[in-house]
Amino acid sequence: MSAIKLGWDAGLKSSGAYQKLLAFASLVALIIVFSLASPNFLQTSNIIAILQATSVNGVLAIGATLVIITGGIDLSVGTLMTFCAVIAGVVLTYWGLPLPFGIVAAIAAGAVCGLISGTLVAKMRIPPFIATLGMMLILKGLSLVISGTKPIYFNGTPNFPMISTSSLISAIVPGLPIPNGVLILFLVAGAVSYVLGRTVLGRYCFALGSNEEAVRLSGVNTDGWKMAIYALTGAICGIAGLLIASRLNSAQPALGQGYELDAIAAVVIGGTSLSGGRGTILGTIIGALIMSVLLNGLRILSVAQEWQTVLTGSIIIVAVYADMMRRRRN
Amino acid sequence: MSDLVRMTGIDKHFPGVHALRNARFELQPGEVHALMGENGAGKSTLMKVLAGIYQPDAGKIEVAGEEVTVAGPRAAQALGIGIIHQELSLMKDLTVAQNIMIGREPRKSFGRLDEGELNRRAAAALASIHMNVDPRTPVSELTIARQQMIEIAKALSNRSRILIMDEPTAALTDSEIAELFAIIRVLKSEGVGIVYISHKMDELKRIADRVTVMRDGEFVGTVGAAETPVSTIISMMVGRALTDEAVRVPDLAHAPTALEVRNLSRGRVIKNVSFTLRRGEILGFAGLMGAGRTEVARAIFGADPRDGGEIIVDGQPRNIRSPREAVQAGIGYLSEDRKNFGLALGMDVRANIGMATLKRYSDGFGRIDEKGLAAAARKYVASLTIRTPSDRQEVRLLSGGNQQKVVVAKWLLRDCDVLIFDEPTRGIDVGAKAEIYRLLASLAEQGKALIVISSELPEILRVSHRIAVMCEGRLTGILPGGAATSQEDIMHLATQRDTISKEHAA
Repeated sequence: MSAIKLGWDAGLKSSGAYQKLLAFASLVALIIVFSLASPNFLQTSNIIAILQATSVNGVLAIGATLVIITGGIDLSVGTLMTFCAVIAGVVLTYWGLPLPFGIVAAIAAGAVCGLISGTLVAKMRIPPFIATLGMMLILKGLSLVISGTKPIYFNGTPNFPMISTSSLISAIVPGLPIPNGVLILFLVAGAVSYVLGRTVLGRYCFALGSNEEAVRLSGVNTDGWKMAIYALTGAICGIAGLLIASRLNSAQPALGQGYELDAIAAVVIGGTSLSGGRGTILGTIIGALIMSVLLNGLRILSVAQEWQTVLTGSIIIVAVYADMMRRRRN
Repeated sequence: MSDLVRMTGIDKHFPGVHALRNARFELQPGEVHALMGENGAGKSTLMKVLAGIYQPDAGKIEVAGEEVTVAGPRAAQALGIGIIHQELSLMKDLTVAQNIMIGREPRKSFGRLDEGELNRRAAAALASIHMNVDPRTPVSELTIARQQMIEIAKALSNRSRILIMDEPTAALTDSEIAELFAIIRVLKSEGVGIVYISHKMDELKRIADRVTVMRDGEFVGTVGAAETPVSTIISMMVGRALTDEAVRVPDLAHAPTALEVRNLSRGRVIKNVSFTLRRGEILGFAGLMGAGRTEVARAIFGADPRDGGEIIVDGQPRNIRSPREAVQAGIGYLSEDRKNFGLALGMDVRANIGMATLKRYSDGFGRIDEKGLAAAARKYVASLTIRTPSDRQEVRLLSGGNQQKVVVAKWLLRDCDVLIFDEPTRGIDVGAKAEIYRLLASLAEQGKALIVISSELPEILRVSHRIAVMCEGRLTGILPGGAATSQEDIMHLATQRDTISKEHAA
């Protein structure tokens, strides 16, 4: 507990603290506005729905945060998530192997794909935007090829939906039906916060985003670390893939594109700098929560979906503008 | 005593450049060995070869008598070779300790950091250079000078027995330089060999034991620092003797005032600065790093907002809020960072000269009058003697001095009568500097009004008709140019800190 707290503190001390405070305040403001506007908003079932809806985007955004802190970008997180779900489907449904194999295969597939992106960026010097744009399309295509463009259902693995939807917490604390998907989101957040704040890998995330050449000239194997960071992001996409497949009880090969932009939006709203060097997981979680609270609240108020999208876009611009203004004043 | 480092026959090619030709260098333990030469002479390249950043095409490197291959920065560290780069190479988002220990983080199991140990070791490194700063401070909160000291602590904490310093004092104040030299002397006594790259002659006399001069990537000679006159070292550097002309101060008593600045203020960086500038005058701005000279220039030019103050151009008060309005008022600013702020490097000489005046050379449909622009560009190429094969040559292929002339041409074409030069000879060879000085003098003779900001006192004394000195955002005095003023007079004003002068007043 204290370790995780320290990890988050390490981030809070950085200059993103104000932005995160701002993001947190916006989140609270949104919640207050929606609870006043509709009595249905603050229902336990609705809060759990919001959290559940945040889990996939939240986990993806955590992965994206790592790469963005290095000063890079990963556009492939959405389709990689789908690819990992498809791999899980192949292992569990086509091959009929037991559940743990599916879990390991999905996460390993994510790590390998992330490693490939990292290699393209670090060794072949392809700009991250282009390298991961390429990977995004490749993985989208491969998901369709492997699955034969049809969804893979997990009918042979009855436990599979439990990954996301059943509640381990309610078994321990009756009356607190937080689904496992949300639990996994917070576990991943805690673990990655720890990695960022307390490990060498995390240190090099910030260092690379801050001044890559200086790190290289300090004798650090920058290429190797960058590849490792992309691989970790990939592995986290694998977890997101398991979450979404488990919720849908199927791997939907056509899904995934567009998720990367939601993830990046959450990262940016949470105060992580797209130019690298600064960022926190706590901020990213808040960013992801803002997006799902907004969508949920607007839906409850029966605002048309097209307007929900317009509002999300505006929030991104306002969040980044607030950050720019703050930095200009300093 | 055997040599600590012995580099012989070092050759290095870059695309289109033969950077090092049969270069050599020797370093003894406990020696401060200055490496001198004009920009592009190959000093930094040679030291980057020693530090494993570049691989030589040919040649032999021996460290403590053993032939070695320095495959990369890590291999250099293992050999005890530390380098402090010319450009600050710190990670601004990280703390002081995290910077000092980068690449050598104390670890626990599973790649976990031992943050306590990391801070302790960094604190020890800082203590060794008598630097009083909390290792957990983010580097972005430190001044440039203190960041430079962090770089030194970082290199030292690696137990280097060979320490390369590439222009370490460029951003330091006098007291910080004295501090650095004290540290260097301690290191010397401990047997560390120090390579010291610098352009400042007075520093060599203070700190160096031997001087090696390079020119065009070649070894010119190694001489003792104490017994060799500066003029000899300079002529070794440029390959010819330089005659230094003194400034001729014209009588401007009746010249009209081109620019008047009254009570210019901006936060803590500019405090109530007032001065006048006449047509035909060169007003030098001297001061230490961070004195606020560039800030004054940028505020006049409208690049930064100002809190208060009047700017009067040719007798007319002008409310300049943006560089566009400054240019309309006839003020041109030549940034010290030509490559980033002055030129479009990938475009040709003609396009750069016309950059600020395209409106005049285009018609109502926005079509550019290439013929007219070419004629104008060629006129300035001839009158400023810009050495370029043609006005279609890309600017990045010109030397630093000729690039500077292209920027001057750009503002002259725009009819700017007040020109602010910020460090006009930074990155320009010693030989070409004299030419820039002559250009400044002739611009003044033509009736232009010039402000010249420079950190090099000899340069200020060489060009200025009057010298404004700043310290901590205040204008502490205006001195006459020419022989009447000495470097000591300027330094006296440049170090007249607010707190000290208050004590005097009390």
